[in-house]
Amino acid sequence: MKADTSALRMPLPAVPDTRFALGRQVATWGLVAAVMIVLPMLFTQGFSLSMLSQMGIAVIFALSYNMLLGQTGMLSFGHAVHFGLGSFVCAHALNRIGAGEFGLPVTLIPLVGGFAGLAFGIVFGYVTTKRSGTPFAMISLGIAEMVAASALMFPGFFGGEGGITTNRVLGDPVMGVSYGPQIEVYYLIAGWCLACMIAMFALTQTPLGRMANAVRDNAERVRFVGYNPTRVRYWMFCLASFFAGIAGGLATINYEIVTAETLGLMASGNVLVMAFVGGVGHFFGPVIGAVLVSFLQSALSTYTKAWLLYFGLFFVMMVLFAPGGIASLFAVHGAPLRHGLFRRLIPGYLLSGVCLLVMVLGFVALVEMLYHVEQGADMGTEFDLFGLHIDVTGAASWLAAGAVFIAGLVLFVLTLPVIRRAWTHVHGELQARDAA
Amino acid sequence: MEFFVVQLLNSLSYGLLLFMLSSGLTLIFSMMGVLNFAHASFYMLGAYFAYQISQHIGFWPALVLAPLLVGVLGAATERWGLRTAHKYGHVAELLFTFGLFYLIEEVVHLIWGRAPVDYRIPAALDFSAFTIFSTSYPAYRVFMMVMSVVMLLSLYLLLTRTRIGLIIQASLSHPHMVEALGHNVPRVFMLVFGGGCALAGLAGVIGGNAFVTEPGMAAAVGTIVFVVVVFGGMGSLAGAFIASLFFGAVQTFSVALDHSLAGLLESLGVALDTSSGWYDVLSLSIAQMAPVLPYLLMVLMLVFRPMGLLGTRET
Repeated sequence: MKADTSALRMPLPAVPDTRFALGRQVATWGLVAAVMIVLPMLFTQGFSLSMLSQMGIAVIFALSYNMLLGQTGMLSFGHAVHFGLGSFVCAHALNRIGAGEFGLPVTLIPLVGGFAGLAFGIVFGYVTTKRSGTPFAMISLGIAEMVAASALMFPGFFGGEGGITTNRVLGDPVMGVSYGPQIEVYYLIAGWCLACMIAMFALTQTPLGRMANAVRDNAERVRFVGYNPTRVRYWMFCLASFFAGIAGGLATINYEIVTAETLGLMASGNVLVMAFVGGVGHFFGPVIGAVLVSFLQSALSTYTKAWLLYFGLFFVMMVLFAPGGIASLFAVHGAPLRHGLFRRLIPGYLLSGVCLLVMVLGFVALVEMLYHVEQGADMGTEFDLFGLHIDVTGAASWLAAGAVFIAGLVLFVLTLPVIRRAWTHVHGELQARDAA
Repeated sequence: MEFFVVQLLNSLSYGLLLFMLSSGLTLIFSMMGVLNFAHASFYMLGAYFAYQISQHIGFWPALVLAPLLVGVLGAATERWGLRTAHKYGHVAELLFTFGLFYLIEEVVHLIWGRAPVDYRIPAALDFSAFTIFSTSYPAYRVFMMVMSVVMLLSLYLLLTRTRIGLIIQASLSHPHMVEALGHNVPRVFMLVFGGGCALAGLAGVIGGNAFVTEPGMAAAVGTIVFVVVVFGGMGSLAGAFIASLFFGAVQTFSVALDHSLAGLLESLGVALDTSSGWYDVLSLSIAQMAPVLPYLLMVLMLVFRPMGLLGTRET
């Protein structure tokens, strides 16, 4: 059965853009580079620096995932296999270099991860890319489970439960860089991240990138014009594995430990969520997703034990109501913004937004109270939330939270028509202007 | 011999339990083309509901109420979740069930905590049914098998002998024709989804106390059920049945076998260099390879025979 990816389509220009707009490209990537350089100067705490490093790795990983899902229409449940295996190979390479068996600057270690990912991509891709759609997803899942299960079979390579530890500081500093301080590691990650982003974007402009889009949209027609869809999928799979391996290598340098969890189903699911939440239909979508999800994972998990629940709900709501991801939400507003119609939408958004906020507050209160009831012994029965004191043993708190949630829900549903009417109006106006 | 007979009985009861899960999943899969990632989550919910109900009114009411509750939840999931995602294609549907899997696990954490709950075999069934050689075989395992077989037979009769069963079978292969004949196909979908979930719930009720009821049980059994459905062939209940029993046996027997290739070679008189890296690979015992085997078999099946064992069309 062919998986229908119509919701995930990347908008293609009607005429392929053969003139590579160099000036605009340089400006865009220059901006990205500037942001990467400036960020650690704005957020100076150690915590934010490690989060920024994590985001850089996630960006490469999510973009490489989108080469499969967004660009070629292959829903993989095992992309972390290449990330993890690249990571393990890098850990062993670092340890070998440390033991003096061969020499390679730490700066180039991610390349080792990349080639390791590529090598495994060539092997696994040969098996998986023979099929597309649901069978592809199932084979990728099977291989992911297989590799994860075999991690405990080969303790020599995977280090068993404890994983492999390594040391990124090797030998004398090169030009004053030893990769001891986190800031140096951040700039290493940022540099690789920028290089990989440019490479992956350039790939979308090549004939291979275009054929991948065609394979996603209609593999049969691709076959008719004389291309082999299997080979296109295979190429894209190998290249995606390469970039995933680079991300894995950077993770090794960043954390100095690799465990079998990095190649498990959880990790594969995580990158899928990143790419999807950001929006697989746009090149920069996964970047948004990677940054947002990494941030939420670090920030939410320090505030609440229920963060996975909120996160899961957020994901399910995105699938149901915004399958194009956050990037598509931006894209939808492009035309109204350009024509100065955006302000027509603002009142409805404000109104519904406030109701949504009320609903979320009520919901969060209910969930937190449930957690306190369930883990009463550890967490106590009284706590403060949004500046309010809540006692989970009293009925008043439950009634209040429930009432806030239901009131928010009802009001939100009631205010939706306001947004809908505003959009109908904007659409009409846009069409009228197009006609004129 | 004693080992073999006991393991055979164990693998049979486990295989039948797997079939309760996979029968629902394969029906849903072949009808909607969606592999329901959250199917095993409904199995888990069945176990937890049964635990909660049996705390208050006992095991026997739980045996009826818990699957019904899970079935209603499943039908509601189809009606208000999957049907919305359906608009956006199969990928969105798959992702929806994928998110649901995590969500249900978190809800279970939220309500029942992370540790296993004390869901026990009812006292009325906690005795030894018979003794094989020197091993006494627990009656509850026999009860599990009987329950599974009864469910299996009623499912078979429902699908082949009743009107609703015929409509379901027709909707499997020709949904548009069935719709043209005036049947409400979305409602049939909802019923099948709910029914499949109820079966999974029942498996949870009788499996949760035989094994262990904990938040990780869905992930543990979920992928195996996937393997069974893909291996058996999409839409083929007979295939799912054979695959269930087969993987029940594979899982039960392989963990108990401590033989390895190195042992075999050494017993044939081949001298092996124990220091070489290959020795690690050769000395892996079947028990160590047990977790990998099902996935390896599934990947091989998908590559060489994508329609599965008894399937009639490609997945």
